[in-house]
Amino acid sequence: MITRREFLQASLAASAIYGASGFGNWSRLAAQQALSQDQLLQFDDFGNLTLIHITDIHAQMKPIWFREPEWNIGVGAAKGQPPHVVGRAFQDMFKIAPASPEAYALTYEDFAALGRTYGRMGGMDRVATVVKAIRAARPDSILLDGGDTWQGSMTSLLTKGQDCVNVMNALGVEAMTSHWEWTLGTERVKEIVEALPFPFLGANIFDAEWDEPAFEPYKIFEKAGLRIAVIGQAFPYMPIANPGWMFPEYSFGIREERMQEVVDEVRAEGVDLVVCLSHNGFDVDKKMAARVTGIDVILTGHTHDAIPEPVLVGQTILIASGSHGKFVSRVDLDVRDGKMMGFRHKLIPIFSDVITPDPDMAALIDAERAPFKAQLEEQLGTTESLLYRRGNFQGTWDDLICDAVRSERDVQIALSPGVRWGASLLPGDAITREDIHNVTSMTYGQVYRTEMTGETIKTVLEDVADNIFNPDPYYQQGGDMVRIGGMGFACDVSKPIGERISDMVLLETSEAIDAAKSYTVGGWASVNEGTEGPQIWDVVEAHIRKLGTVRLDPNPSVTVTGI
Amino acid sequence: MTITRRKALSIGLGGIAFAAMPGLSTAATMDELTAAFTGGATPGAGNITLTAPEIAENGNTVPVAVDAPGAVAIMLLASGNPEPAVATFTFGPAAGRQFAATRIRLAKTQDVIAMAKMADGSIVQAQATVKVTIGGCGG
Repeated sequence: MITRREFLQASLAASAIYGASGFGNWSRLAAQQALSQDQLLQFDDFGNLTLIHITDIHAQMKPIWFREPEWNIGVGAAKGQPPHVVGRAFQDMFKIAPASPEAYALTYEDFAALGRTYGRMGGMDRVATVVKAIRAARPDSILLDGGDTWQGSMTSLLTKGQDCVNVMNALGVEAMTSHWEWTLGTERVKEIVEALPFPFLGANIFDAEWDEPAFEPYKIFEKAGLRIAVIGQAFPYMPIANPGWMFPEYSFGIREERMQEVVDEVRAEGVDLVVCLSHNGFDVDKKMAARVTGIDVILTGHTHDAIPEPVLVGQTILIASGSHGKFVSRVDLDVRDGKMMGFRHKLIPIFSDVITPDPDMAALIDAERAPFKAQLEEQLGTTESLLYRRGNFQGTWDDLICDAVRSERDVQIALSPGVRWGASLLPGDAITREDIHNVTSMTYGQVYRTEMTGETIKTVLEDVADNIFNPDPYYQQGGDMVRIGGMGFACDVSKPIGERISDMVLLETSEAIDAAKSYTVGGWASVNEGTEGPQIWDVVEAHIRKLGTVRLDPNPSVTVTGI
Repeated sequence: MTITRRKALSIGLGGIAFAAMPGLSTAATMDELTAAFTGGATPGAGNITLTAPEIAENGNTVPVAVDAPGAVAIMLLASGNPEPAVATFTFGPAAGRQFAATRIRLAKTQDVIAMAKMADGSIVQAQATVKVTIGGCGG
């Protein structure tokens, strides 16, 4: 059904155009001249229908730095398979030249130097330009948002997601699914959804009391004389990974049998194409694609993977479109006689210095920011170190956050959640209040102070590690390992739960952690109702103001084995 | 125990007799419960579907459902609970469907096991691991 030729055409935009370039030889200006918007958008139209996919924007309306992971360990069957390939191995797998624009966009190596060369990425005004261009070329297209859209910035927190809603409405999204949206609470979600000009899909969102479907499971679009079913799949582990007390009316879950039932239902209605707009996470979607029959395309989200080629599972293609507005996927499909006959795909990197901002969208974003501009842009300090979060273990932003919690809350050990969102900062950058919010903003940011025994701390680490490294993807929640400050440990990812974590040590004294002894612990993003403490962004701000200039040493406190 | 409206209706229409287990014994072991239900027959795989979440949203009330066409009885066990017996459902000849759903409490991550006894005395079995987690770090 899918020819090898079409599969080969499904590669990252710039890679056909650019070969190797000398590391660090291009100035920003040279890069701008060499990479053009036309080249990024170049696409030989194919078939009769286009899907446009963007996901996990995390409220980033403006261009940002975002360093891709240095650690993305795959376990079981996922080992060595995309997206569990990083750095040079990723470049080799997708034939990307080191130090090229694609290397900068998709891998972590030399991030600071390449960032200076190629500039920030994303920005919804640039995304708007790309979406408009695709729609002009392909009137028969559907723009789909994979969720994690309304959370992750100071403006989204202050407006309860409204700035993002306004921007996505202006962009012309035609359906979305959800995850962090729910952390605004049921009432606010319902208020927004009632006013949305498009459906908020979730076949797996059920009424918790009656165990009955609670939201629209799918929408059937009519385009190009075709009927296209788009089924929504919200993040399955909503009440486990995030505070369930904020949306107690709903139950989620993978509900594989429900997905099959909905696919069968739309197939029975005679649709020509079945698309799943999913927030399962890549490995969960890969497993689901192999077990649920009848899905043509899964537009996957949640795990923030940008993969330059579609991944084929049986007759299903998986499209992974990255995060934070860095990429837009264009997927042209040839749909005939109720079947997907072929596809052509391009993961379009949003180089903000290359793509002209759409003026209307730029004005809208600035208007949304205007009431908060002074707060957002106030400079609190400077960083001499590269600040990033993404990766299975630790990350310099979290080192700084854990230092802040330990110092400001006077605790021995700090815990910081292993979320995958959060923009980076380059050495030499100013740190503004907005930058701190970009890595902390949430509706449950209280920093608790408590005591935990060594045994409890180990239980926490084991539990989180199993959410990432359980070899069965259906037991993976999709975040990264909880970050820890003041304590070191070793993790053997190949072991079962209860046996992965060892060599826990209190760093200030180099003493082994005693299972029976209590330690003072501070942390944030607790899922428990009634958590008390100052907000994490205020704690980090106070710490950075005292430091003035942030300088972080390499953090050797975690040893990872079993890879 | 909570039975959803729809499930309650199907149970009502099917004429299913429901019997909770506690009378069977105090803290009978998995082996004892299995032996008592199967009468020594070796459980096979086959016409039985157990639906349970991969990860419990709330370990105190985990929805599970068993569908076993043709069964005369279905036994549900929680292997990791102090009292593994959850329930045994029996179906009379007028039952329209041999299906049962309930919510159970799980003390920790464990296998939930469903066994169905057919009219000829043969046994089919299905099981699912349900993880009970402290959660809190989804990205």
